[in-house]
Amino acid sequence: MRARVLVRPKAGILDPQGQAVERALPALGFSGVANVHIGRLIELDVDDPDRLPEMCERLLSNPLVEEYEIVEDAGGAAPEIDPDLPWRDAE
Amino acid sequence: MKFGVVRFPGSCDDVDALLAAERVGEAVMLWYADRDLQGVDAVIIPGGFSYGDYLRPGAIARFAPVLEAVSEFARDGGLVLGICNGFQVLCEAGLLPGALLPNLSLRFVCRQVWLDVISEYSPFTRSCPLGEPLSIPVKHTTGRYYAPDHGLADTQVLLRYAPGQNPNGSDRDIAGVCNAAGNVFGLMPHPEHAVDPLTGSSDGLAIFESIRAHVADRVVA
Repeated sequence: MRARVLVRPKAGILDPQGQAVERALPALGFSGVANVHIGRLIELDVDDPDRLPEMCERLLSNPLVEEYEIVEDAGGAAPEIDPDLPWRDAE
Repeated sequence: MKFGVVRFPGSCDDVDALLAAERVGEAVMLWYADRDLQGVDAVIIPGGFSYGDYLRPGAIARFAPVLEAVSEFARDGGLVLGICNGFQVLCEAGLLPGALLPNLSLRFVCRQVWLDVISEYSPFTRSCPLGEPLSIPVKHTTGRYYAPDHGLADTQVLLRYAPGQNPNGSDRDIAGVCNAAGNVFGLMPHPEHAVDPLTGSSDGLAIFESIRAHVADRVVA
């Protein structure tokens, strides 16, 4: 199953990236934008989606400073990667 | 007295840490894929970019085989020092409280800073000159220390950036913390880069000398 995990800074944790983008948008003429926060998007194929929360707790997020949201059946397919790329051999 | 310095793929301050430790004792390099700590008296997790800092600094290194051995060593009271990326690894591993977040400036900072030694009663600071600040360099992008108030006792803060010196926006100017038991210590500044007057300061040597003195006392006791 294709799943999507959204990781974002917890409420109350200062997010300087979000603040920088929030300041940059009006400079480009995009007014009326507030509360910008920047996190991470992780997409993955999983056999057992029941294990996703554990994956999020132990590795995909740092629960002390981040919260996560799991989207099951996120649709889409894994991007195709050229199997002849040299760096694939190192895996 | 034998130090062990852990080398991960992506470590870059491992050799400096080894050379700094050799100024006060013996030192060996430990390999991240081994579980054997070779009978060392203290473990140093050095700076760098273990596993390319992928996902979050330290997030993947904490699952390396050597960390199992280091965790057990720490549980048994062994001394563990994490410098910069090593501090990040120890936080991710849960051996130290808190987390390290991107610098408030969103920039890489590389500069000499003054540090106030908050407690000289620790295995890592006991040889620091009383009441004198230390001049030690920082170089990092992800060094803003954060810990919830209830997760960190004041007594666990061993080093703070001196007033006006905080380079990354760390909570309460915290530069280095230890665990509740006092035998695991992490700091963002690099004492291993400040061990010779030739490079501007030898104040970092006091951290290594503290560890040596502590281990020597323990052996006598």
